[in-house]
Amino acid sequence: MARKLRKRDVEVVKTHLSSPWASFTAIVIATLWTIPTFGLFVTSFRPSTGINSSGWWTVFTNPEFTFTNYTRVLFEGRGATPPLSQYFLNTFAIVIPSTIIPITIAIFAAYAIAWFNFKGRNFLFFTIFALQVIPLQMSLIPLLQLFSGGLHIGSFTVIPSFGITGTFIPIWLAHTMFGLPLAIFLLHNFIAQLPRELIEAARVDGADHFKLFRQIILPLSVPAIASFAIFQFLWTWNDLLVALTFGGGKRELAEMTGTRGGDWELLTAGAFVSILVPVAVFFALQRYFVRGLLAGSVKG
Amino acid sequence: MIEIAARQSQLEQAVSKLTGLTLTILIFGALVAIAFALSERTGERVQRFLKYVIFLAPALIFLFIGLVAPAFRTLYLSFRDARGNESVGWENYQWAFTQPEILDVLRNTGVWMIVAPIASTGFGLLIAVLTDRMRRPGLVKSLIFMPMAISFVGAGIIWKFVYQFEPNERAPEIGLLSQVAEWFGFVPTNWLLVNPLNTFLLIVVFVWIQTGFAMVVLSAAIKAIPDEILEASMLDGASGWKRFSRVTVPMIRGTIIVVLSTITIGALKVFDIIRTMTGGNFKTSVIANEMYNQSFRALNYGTGSALAIILFLGVLPLVAYNVVNLRRERSER
Repeated sequence: MARKLRKRDVEVVKTHLSSPWASFTAIVIATLWTIPTFGLFVTSFRPSTGINSSGWWTVFTNPEFTFTNYTRVLFEGRGATPPLSQYFLNTFAIVIPSTIIPITIAIFAAYAIAWFNFKGRNFLFFTIFALQVIPLQMSLIPLLQLFSGGLHIGSFTVIPSFGITGTFIPIWLAHTMFGLPLAIFLLHNFIAQLPRELIEAARVDGADHFKLFRQIILPLSVPAIASFAIFQFLWTWNDLLVALTFGGGKRELAEMTGTRGGDWELLTAGAFVSILVPVAVFFALQRYFVRGLLAGSVKG
Repeated sequence: MIEIAARQSQLEQAVSKLTGLTLTILIFGALVAIAFALSERTGERVQRFLKYVIFLAPALIFLFIGLVAPAFRTLYLSFRDARGNESVGWENYQWAFTQPEILDVLRNTGVWMIVAPIASTGFGLLIAVLTDRMRRPGLVKSLIFMPMAISFVGAGIIWKFVYQFEPNERAPEIGLLSQVAEWFGFVPTNWLLVNPLNTFLLIVVFVWIQTGFAMVVLSAAIKAIPDEILEASMLDGASGWKRFSRVTVPMIRGTIIVVLSTITIGALKVFDIIRTMTGGNFKTSVIANEMYNQSFRALNYGTGSALAIILFLGVLPLVAYNVVNLRRERSER
């Protein structure tokens, strides 16, 4: 009872201290933060003559809107540039496997590192965490050579080239490899915190590691998996470098900017389409996303 | 007629892509399921060995092929010529530290490394503190965090539009920055061409994105400060600023450092913003972008690799620091 009262007191003090100036400043900053995006949003609905002859803020006094930009950018190609709907499809074809594969592999490894008893467990964990030190840029050239030519030592072929260049496979593999260190780290943090008694009880009941994983670990890890899935999804969706390097003509949304050059009406509509999916995902799953970001970075 | 045919082939392409995608996922799922089903039927002896193969080996193989081996290969390539055929000693590194353009690139990267993390973390901390005592902080926080979900490329377009400049003096400005400058009586200019201002304008875009991340993490850390401590400082009559600088900041010092170093690593690797907004021209290029240019435009794997190694050396101390921190935290548990 006493404790409860104390908590309420603090609450009262806090509310008392909630200064209207602080709130006001926060709201002003948030508004300033949103203006650039809002400007893009408004512009994407304006006819091209309007965009190029007056600022987007003039629409409040002189409203004029159209959907043409969206229909043009989505369904009409220009020369060698396919319409955006094609890019969209490519992006999904890249993003979905690039999310599923690394998470599956990472959760296996996270479980192994957290609950198998083997020598060098800690060392392995820190090594994987430290692998984040390797910038993507360092892997690009060797990986590209590997995907296109395979691996040979002298005349001996260690890994054949498989002929996968020009397909989506190199992009999936690259995203999988680059996503693994963080995925293993975050998922490990979660799995390692599951109660020891639970796992030991299951072991005593005769469950082997495979059953244990399938029946206990996996169902319990759903929140962690979901939060990292969102993370990886946004990351691959927004990626440009990997797609540019390994894409070989497979075009992604991120790439379209270069091809839409100076046409603001198409550029803005295209950009808005490309940010719509991640922003929708973010708002729908915001709580998981934030939780996922926090895993490991803040001690609870 | 041609149009209909084109539409049809587009549709066919779409269908084949979707089938390929579904098949891939099904095959992957089936492989995992089969591996599990078979493994569960083996005896305990086999499993003792098999569990490592199934759970750990895939990740280790991927990490080795994707990160460890390429790191060594890049190191090797950085001492070879453009096609990797002949050894050139330290020439590529000498080139990186003497070529005036590359020195610009290194200097820009340095500016990014210092300004971007401090600004992002500063703004993040400010907003975290301001919203901490707010009654309904949800909307404010969401709006600030939203750029995190927007791609760097999308953000690049958004800000390119803000920085847009109209060369014709009589025509009205369509870029917000130019217009605001005009309202305040300045003469707008082609912002992205002005050095060194343009590098800072690009950093603004990055800060705009990363502040949300800093805010979320710092806000959680501030929430975790025990009420009693704040209460005590209030009873002592500490003012708002004193409470912030003497209580809040020291209490979340560890988190601030994690946020700073995470954002610094991000700033070191920044590529998309520069590619979208200036293409690295007008003296705005950074290592990550120049490395791409050298390798895939100039087709010089030697210099490209040397730049990648320099980038690696820049990130190394930060991650090392984090590893040390992590070790300490884990041994405390």
